[in-house]
Amino acid sequence: MSCLKEQFDELRKIYPDEIKDAMVLPLLQMTLKAKGHLVESDALYIADYLELPAMQVKEAMTWYSMLYRTPVGKHVVKVCRSVACSLRGEQRIVAHISKKLGIKPGETTADNKFTLLEVECLASCGTAPMMQINDTYHEDLTEAKIDQILEALQ
Amino acid sequence: MNGHRVFFTFDITEDCHTLDAYKKRGGYEALAKVLKDGLQPADVQAEVAASGLRGRGGAGFPTATKWSFLAKNSPVYYLVCNADEGEPGTFKDRWIFEHTPHNLIEGMVLASYAINSRHSFIYIRGEFDLSYKRLMTALKEAYAAGLVGKNIMGSDFSCDIIVQQGGGAYVCGEESSLLSSIEGKKGYPKNKPPFPAVKGLFQAPTCVNNVETLSVLPWILRNGGAKYAEYGTEKNKGTRLFGISGHVKRPGMYEREVGYPYKKMIYEDCGGILGDKALKAVIPGGNSTPILKPEQIENLTMDIEAVAAQGSMLGSGGVIVIAEGTCIPTLLQVMTRFYAHESCGQCTPCREGTTWMNQIVTRIAKGQGKAGDIENLERIAKGIMGNTVCALGAAAAMPVQSYLKQFRHEFEYFIEHGRSMCDGRLEI
Repeated sequence: MSCLKEQFDELRKIYPDEIKDAMVLPLLQMTLKAKGHLVESDALYIADYLELPAMQVKEAMTWYSMLYRTPVGKHVVKVCRSVACSLRGEQRIVAHISKKLGIKPGETTADNKFTLLEVECLASCGTAPMMQINDTYHEDLTEAKIDQILEALQ
Repeated sequence: MNGHRVFFTFDITEDCHTLDAYKKRGGYEALAKVLKDGLQPADVQAEVAASGLRGRGGAGFPTATKWSFLAKNSPVYYLVCNADEGEPGTFKDRWIFEHTPHNLIEGMVLASYAINSRHSFIYIRGEFDLSYKRLMTALKEAYAAGLVGKNIMGSDFSCDIIVQQGGGAYVCGEESSLLSSIEGKKGYPKNKPPFPAVKGLFQAPTCVNNVETLSVLPWILRNGGAKYAEYGTEKNKGTRLFGISGHVKRPGMYEREVGYPYKKMIYEDCGGILGDKALKAVIPGGNSTPILKPEQIENLTMDIEAVAAQGSMLGSGGVIVIAEGTCIPTLLQVMTRFYAHESCGQCTPCREGTTWMNQIVTRIAKGQGKAGDIENLERIAKGIMGNTVCALGAAAAMPVQSYLKQFRHEFEYFIEHGRSMCDGRLEI
């Protein structure tokens, strides 16, 4: 936590004290980045650091879908399942990745390398179908392109 | 008409997002003109009013009028840029972040000056990666060059821009929900009134503008509001970024003057329908806008009033094209699943209604529909409409109502025969 606290202190310089509540989400995101997923004690630590009610931070931590509260694999594969991607073959793409990794959406491979998720719109509709692996967008997907991307990560 | 561009004025190169490249195409000239020529905030507001600019986030409210609603004589004002682009079909803000982020930063500083905001926020979608990186790099460049921060360009005006990343919630694109999120809470929408212009972020008067809206401001201040008002239609000025997706040969981002014909966009610019199939339907302005049939877009132009006259909305300008052979009940299942997933849970009609609608539509799409399902869907949608704190409820109800109205026979067939008229196809 001590190295996280340094990062927290660094960020705190940007925020005037009267709007310190605005740091809740950034601090949760920083913690997530450092630890992979969040647990209740993370929320309590942040609440303590910002001198805010614990429930405020716990509510935020449990409400946002990107704040994972269970362990995920090294590579989180998120396939967009909203309208434009659906029209361009999202189901075909998910089936292909599922087969390739041997897991269903929502699952993590036994070696903890990949987690497969179906997510809502990632604002890449003009280049559908698409997926995001960790932070990187992969657009205009084909089966061959997926094979290439996944093999490079193996 | 139709040749004018505000954004698509430069080649997309590896470095077109940098400060150098932006300055070479006239970047920050507008800011210099405002701050060095001693233009007052009221002058900036007047120029924007003259341009006739209407917000590009979806509602289409006149920008200068929105600014004028801010409560007077407050010690603190906030400007917030809504960059939580999450409406399926919409991807225009990303284009700005990735190719010309300084456009937004200059626009932010201009708007902050106009409304006297000392700390301004950009609330950007948490999933955006390249957009976020380019924005942060650009912001760093702008700070180093004295274009943001203390005494901008040597003037008396100071403004910091704070970037907040979202947590993956669609509802945070709704302005009051976005403010809740910045305030470190779950992104629950707030009751209005009071409107953000009176009591917004941290209880101070706040103006929330879209990325595209703010990014147009440098052009308007540099070339004059009157020049901008020459483009577009009588009530809808300027150009807009239109994102076209779905079953077209060349989907993507297009900038056109407001009032451009849908058919021309679909058949000429986007190369027509995949596989040269017939057109089945068009969603004219993002996921939630009521679906239109081909005959309704025959002479339809892309402007707010024209689309409204057909019973739909231009919204965020995200056009989704659907080819003949697509199964509409299955497509509605994708839609209802989205809203059931994204409802924030605060209002009972929306929380329960979106889930219930999704359960019924999913059952129909599995071939297990029952007599009375259609009527139940209509009843639930009606029960949600107008009975929620924010517009997500209406956004969920509108597709259900319009799909049932426009393609009722497909739902009836699915329920009666236990199978789709189009084999449940979404991909063509």
